[in-house]
Amino acid sequence: MSDRIRFFDWRRTPGLGPLTVVVLLFLYAPLVILVIYSFNGGRTVTIWEEFSFRWFVRVAANSNIRDAALNSIIVAVTASVAATLISLAGAIALERGAALRWRSLISGLVAMPLVVPEIVTAITTLVFFSALGMQNGLLKLIIAHTVFCVPFALLPIRARLREMGPTYEEAARDLYASELKLLQRVTLPLLAPAIASGAVLAFVVSLDDFMISLMVSSAGSTTLPVYIYGMMRLGVTPEVNAISTVLLGFSLILVVTGLFIGRRSRTV
Amino acid sequence: MTDGGESRLSSRRTVLLIAPAVLLIGTFMLVPMLIALAYSFMTADPYGGVTLPFTLDAYTQIFYQRDFDGTPVYSNDYLFIILRSVWLAVATTLICLALGLPLAWYIVCQSKARQVVLLFLVTLPFWINTLIRTYCWVLILRSEGLSNHLLLHLGIIADPLPFLYNDGAILLGLVYTFLPFMVLPIYANMERIEPLSIEAAFDLYAGRIAVFRRIVWPLTRPGVIVGVMLVFAPALGSFLAPDLLGGGKKLLIGSLIQMQFTSSRNWPFGAALSIIITIAVLLPLVFWPRLVGKGGHKP
Repeated sequence: MSDRIRFFDWRRTPGLGPLTVVVLLFLYAPLVILVIYSFNGGRTVTIWEEFSFRWFVRVAANSNIRDAALNSIIVAVTASVAATLISLAGAIALERGAALRWRSLISGLVAMPLVVPEIVTAITTLVFFSALGMQNGLLKLIIAHTVFCVPFALLPIRARLREMGPTYEEAARDLYASELKLLQRVTLPLLAPAIASGAVLAFVVSLDDFMISLMVSSAGSTTLPVYIYGMMRLGVTPEVNAISTVLLGFSLILVVTGLFIGRRSRTV
Repeated sequence: MTDGGESRLSSRRTVLLIAPAVLLIGTFMLVPMLIALAYSFMTADPYGGVTLPFTLDAYTQIFYQRDFDGTPVYSNDYLFIILRSVWLAVATTLICLALGLPLAWYIVCQSKARQVVLLFLVTLPFWINTLIRTYCWVLILRSEGLSNHLLLHLGIIADPLPFLYNDGAILLGLVYTFLPFMVLPIYANMERIEPLSIEAAFDLYAGRIAVFRRIVWPLTRPGVIVGVMLVFAPALGSFLAPDLLGGGKKLLIGSLIQMQFTSSRNWPFGAALSIIITIAVLLPLVFWPRLVGKGGHKP
């Protein structure tokens, strides 16, 4: 329009800065509000009375919550370790393997848990387990969680393999390293940060899962989010705020660790 | 030793390495989906589960409900639930796009160090439990909640407003949940735009709008398509936002499916609904190369 336009900085579009601030506030303010309320000592959730750890103590003393938390940790540890090992093998096959005929089909299959709506995964898994007549609640949870953890563990490992290229491995081969030595001395050490990052992210995804756990878990094997959901359905209480804050803090610490390890691997 | 290129594994080793992942997801995801497909053509067992004979009842049930004496009566209850879910998912996608596009552009225009920080801030909520993120809005919106408390205190309103348990609250919860899904793929595409091409356009007297239309948009389109799919798919099948913020009184597909496997005990109907939304979500992926190809090859 105006011929003065060429002298302004295209990197500065008016209004975008404030918009970004508003969006970030929108993303974080509700979480901050939850955390603040969880330290409110009063019985009524909204009216601030005093700063107190009262509800955290109450939550820690609740044996149902402790059981659910233990289940969550057992499932998350087992599923994330299994998913990471499976993904490590899969990533090496996809990035360094021979050209398979169904390569793109396999890539699609492995990404399936990301694409199919959660509710569909949840109910089809439920139907499948009941058709098999599987009774062990914890085992069902571990299997279901491993499935949807695979794409999350696979992502950083595959990205790292692609990024570092085959040069180091080729050099080792030129120096007559056996395949096993190559894996031990070159590939795995170089991949270590990405593997750790993938494992942590898989752990968080498993710990946070609600929908699939809700449908798959049975009475004795409730996970923490499913138990919290049950509490929420009964009403807004200070206990719900406290346990939600605990889970929130735990996920945050883990994710920041996972992303940090992943970022460092990229600068090496 | 190895066939083909020197740095490649043998095909036997490749197959062995990929086998666990394929077997795991094939057995516990693909097979269950096929079983659900089969169940959707079977008859409901009133005690849960399915029985023979094979029938299309589960699909026709979307339009017809059985009367007391078993005669089918036209009913648009379920159709209405489906349309409402689609409407909410479309609205969520559009709002996320309207917020995500400028946000991604702002991030791309920052220095590298600030880009990393902003991207981290936008991604972080993705890793936080959706249940807890949705619950935060219950705290804020409910009639004894923070927003009503503030408005009453300031004397703007005399009685608490019903912020919770309506479509607006569901929409807010959905946008809140899925916004990061929209920003990331758009950013990933915008980041690859060559700044020199934009500067060249400005030197040739192109305005902001022309630069956006001719340079930024064509190069960003593939990211927008990914973002739209990543938001629309989970929004369509969402369960938590409608349940906690919508009060679960007016159903959406997600809760309707969940009900069929719990209280209603109509597995074939639940399976049929699952198949329908899976097809709705996967169909764009089939046309994926064509969608992206169009935007990518423009000069």
